[in-house]
Amino acid sequence: MSDAGRNAMQFRDPARAARMAALLERVVGEIGREPVSVMHVCGSHEQAIARFGLRAIFPRALEVIMGPGCPVCVTDMPEIDEAVALAEDGIRIATYGDMLRVPGTARSLADTQAAGAKVDVVYSVTQAQQLAAKLDEELVFFASGFETTAVATAAVLLGSPPPNFSILSAHKYIPPVMEIVAEMPDTRVEGFLAAGHAATITGSAIFERFVERHQIPVVVAGFEPLDILAGLAKLVELVRDRRPEVANMYPRCVTREGNRRAQEVLWKVFRPVGGRWRGIAHVPNGNLRLRDEFTRFDARRRFKIDVSRLWDYAPPSLAHSCICGDIMAGIASPSSCPLFGRQCVPDNPVGACMVSTEGTCRIWHQYGGQLDLRDKDERA
Amino acid sequence: MCLGVPGKVLTVDGSVATVDFFGVRRDVRLDIVDEPVEPGDYVMNHVGFAIRRIPPAEVKETLALYEQLLAAISSEDLLAADIRGEITATGEKK
Repeated sequence: MSDAGRNAMQFRDPARAARMAALLERVVGEIGREPVSVMHVCGSHEQAIARFGLRAIFPRALEVIMGPGCPVCVTDMPEIDEAVALAEDGIRIATYGDMLRVPGTARSLADTQAAGAKVDVVYSVTQAQQLAAKLDEELVFFASGFETTAVATAAVLLGSPPPNFSILSAHKYIPPVMEIVAEMPDTRVEGFLAAGHAATITGSAIFERFVERHQIPVVVAGFEPLDILAGLAKLVELVRDRRPEVANMYPRCVTREGNRRAQEVLWKVFRPVGGRWRGIAHVPNGNLRLRDEFTRFDARRRFKIDVSRLWDYAPPSLAHSCICGDIMAGIASPSSCPLFGRQCVPDNPVGACMVSTEGTCRIWHQYGGQLDLRDKDERA
Repeated sequence: MCLGVPGKVLTVDGSVATVDFFGVRRDVRLDIVDEPVEPGDYVMNHVGFAIRRIPPAEVKETLALYEQLLAAISSEDLLAADIRGEITATGEKK
């Protein structure tokens, strides 16, 4: 039953979808070379592209790459190690379910939980805060997610969280990593599709400086199959016309200024600092950390976190063959990874991209393993 | 995670609204919503917070994707699971 549901093309407006696909085909044809490569940076976009089988109707010459759009996947091993070390010291950790099986240097939180540590899964920071209020012990919320999710963490800290509640922030900020990808020497990315709901908060204006600096167009798109097709059509038009601009193709949720109130809350609590993103690079201003005024809620200041004991350990050799980083940088695709679907599966993931439901490998595995039937990936 | 979920505001009590999500009633916080909301409005929500009041003219278009996805009862569908997760992320109705 599930297969029938997920493989069928179910456009609400098939005629409009057909027109959009034809437009995409024509514009990519007019560019007259291949591949034309564009990148999106959102797990929900990849899920929608996979679920609705959109790659089957993309023009042959168009390559749509999922970049570093999965916050769980780019959480670096030392960040996981901090949570593992705290849990091993007997501190209760609450986090999003996807974070449990992300590999740390030696162990994941799931391994630590299996060994008896107190690790709780929550769906939101609000639930973590409510859990803390019921407990007589310290509770650390291991917070992941991009700016959209960080705003919720910030709002909770601006409320009056219980005194036993603190945050271990692994929150990440998307705009700086787009700069990194655009500057990679091997990059083939000619345009970005930006995620609709992140832009609901930040506004489309946030991409203007990026466009000016890198002369690469950015189109904000929604999550409907038709929204994605329309966003891509606009993006390839801008590529064809060599017009590096920001276009908002999701005006029903996104304005140029964004949600000012949410931005104020976000920047009141967090400050951007540089840090490593797993598999990608050091990203200047890519990590969100608590400002000094919130020191008392900052698990990094509240506890002495000793991760060094986790580091006298050599990771299993399999992890060395993981190409998550290249996949998120758009240089390789899951089907060019020798581990994908063999040694690396959702129940036994080697890399973070197979763990998170927003990870490229997990999404491709869930929806049939080989999503790009044109398979241009021998190059990798 | 970045999908969010839309719902219809039933009541507003200070900075908390009771919202109907496709038949499920939950509480969401209004601390960071972009505009004042009142009963009858639709809001887009993420991890338990309303992040945007959806302009009335855009409601139908916005709901369509979610209705389609929730109609797929497959438990394996990642997008549908994400939407259910977003609904769960909101506060228990008190």
